[in-house]
Amino acid sequence: MKKKSKKIILSRQEILHLAKLAKLRLTENEVQKFQKQLSAIVDYFSKLNEVNTDNVEPVSQITELVNENVDDEINSIRILSLEETLKNSKSKNNDFFKVKSIF
Amino acid sequence: MNLSNLTIKEATLGLKKKKFSSNQLVKACLDKIKKVEKKLNAFITINENGAIDQANNCDLYFKKFGEGIFEKKPLLGIPIAIKDLFSTKDLKTTAGSIIINKYIPPFDATVVKKLKNAGAIIVGKTNEDAWGHGSSGENSDHGPTRNPYNLERVPGGSSSGSGAAVASGECFMATGTDTGSSVRLPAAYCNLVGIKPTYGRVSRYGIIAMASSFDTVGHLTKTVYDNALTLEITAGKDSYDATTVPKDVPKYTHYLEKSIEGLKIGIPEEYFISGIDEKVENKILSAIKQLQKLGGKVNKISLPHTEYAMATYYILVPSEISSNLSKFDGIRYGDERELFGDEAKRRIMLGTYTLSSGYYDAYYLKAAKVRTLVKRDFEEAFKKVDVLIAPSSPTLPFKIGEKAADPLQMYLSDIFLCPVNLAGMPSLNVPMGFIDGLPVGMQIIGQQFSEKLLYQVAYKYEEATQYYKISPKI
Repeated sequence: MKKKSKKIILSRQEILHLAKLAKLRLTENEVQKFQKQLSAIVDYFSKLNEVNTDNVEPVSQITELVNENVDDEINSIRILSLEETLKNSKSKNNDFFKVKSIF
Repeated sequence: MNLSNLTIKEATLGLKKKKFSSNQLVKACLDKIKKVEKKLNAFITINENGAIDQANNCDLYFKKFGEGIFEKKPLLGIPIAIKDLFSTKDLKTTAGSIIINKYIPPFDATVVKKLKNAGAIIVGKTNEDAWGHGSSGENSDHGPTRNPYNLERVPGGSSSGSGAAVASGECFMATGTDTGSSVRLPAAYCNLVGIKPTYGRVSRYGIIAMASSFDTVGHLTKTVYDNALTLEITAGKDSYDATTVPKDVPKYTHYLEKSIEGLKIGIPEEYFISGIDEKVENKILSAIKQLQKLGGKVNKISLPHTEYAMATYYILVPSEISSNLSKFDGIRYGDERELFGDEAKRRIMLGTYTLSSGYYDAYYLKAAKVRTLVKRDFEEAFKKVDVLIAPSSPTLPFKIGEKAADPLQMYLSDIFLCPVNLAGMPSLNVPMGFIDGLPVGMQIIGQQFSEKLLYQVAYKYEEATQYYKISPKI
């Protein structure tokens, strides 16, 4: 069994980087709070270093179903009308969703 | 007669004998809702007019077709509630979050459709930890739900409103999802029967996804019979959810009376070591004695990777959450991502971290391998025994606010529940009595697709104990 290495602390930069990747904007209070809380949780994860997983396959499907395919056909029952598709959006223009320009 | 305290079985019998109508059942639930909602906060949306219209339709149906209609529609006229994570056509669905506070789904989840086809009446959508993230109900953006047995305490989460609503008689059954604990913990804390079925037994189509390799769909009821009856309706292959398994669904209610003489019961020794409340431990030991009286043979069993289950769970689940919640961008529905609550933000960032290049192997892949070992522990155990028995929670329902500031402590309240989800096994919570007036629950865990056996064991135990008859004084 490996000895537990030193405590993991996520840096302020790491928290800001994660927030950016996840498209979350954080307040200064949140940055400080999450830095503390997430560090404690990630540190708890190092417990798994104690487990020998040599030659162990990762789980990919827990009931071991393989290649569940669906016929590539249009199912008219599942199709939403244009009105149904757009009705919950605050960001639309005529019959389209409106998004900010990306380029 | 207090109609809203009946079980589904009793209510259906009353409808058949014309002792009361579905209209009266629905009104009894709506009256109860009006009386207790200010205290409990179990519902986000109440479907008052819709429910009364549907009840009147059910009464007409019965008048026209007679008793035979219950064969085709086994829940005809029964008021139920749906967790707010399930899409309900033309009925607001918020996932407990303010991001999609005004979302009106254009379609029904498969389970909702099946329940409606079976004649059930939706009285409302229940409160929950936002997106299903939580064990207490306190992470709801709509305020916490309170435990009907003690208003200072949590009802368990994430299906917090579903637990409180069934226990207090606001409805006869409520749906829930169980990714790590979310049906069984509220069932345990609210004196209810709650099923976490085998992964893939019930379709998730139309249910807002949390962690897709874990999510299962269950429900909470007062009794084992009601629970088994509901699973007969909701379970089965669905072409809209590729993870559903093409296995026949037994008529679970037909096997309940079967004796459990000779049943091999395993007691996982790792669940009886650290952190368990002594009173809870005594309670589970007397429950095990009761099962022995009913013919069970008890063996000690080891699940050696138990101590790694929580770390494994909290790597894999947030990873999948960060991916599933990326679709909430405020374009097709809902508001901006800034409105995610603290718990969702924490889990999205954790998942983003564990999936990042450079960290993926150390965290995600490592955890996916440990998951294999946890599953093997259960498979080995089920070579020796038929079911495993354990407490559902190491502690009593805790006080509102008690664990709110420490997410890691909150996560650890699911320590006996999460390993089952890692292994994809089914597990049933049944009430095992009260400590200081607070409900405690026992888990019956079986191998994949053994729900029929779990219900048999639970039914015999319930017959001998009848804790469901103790309703909260609210």
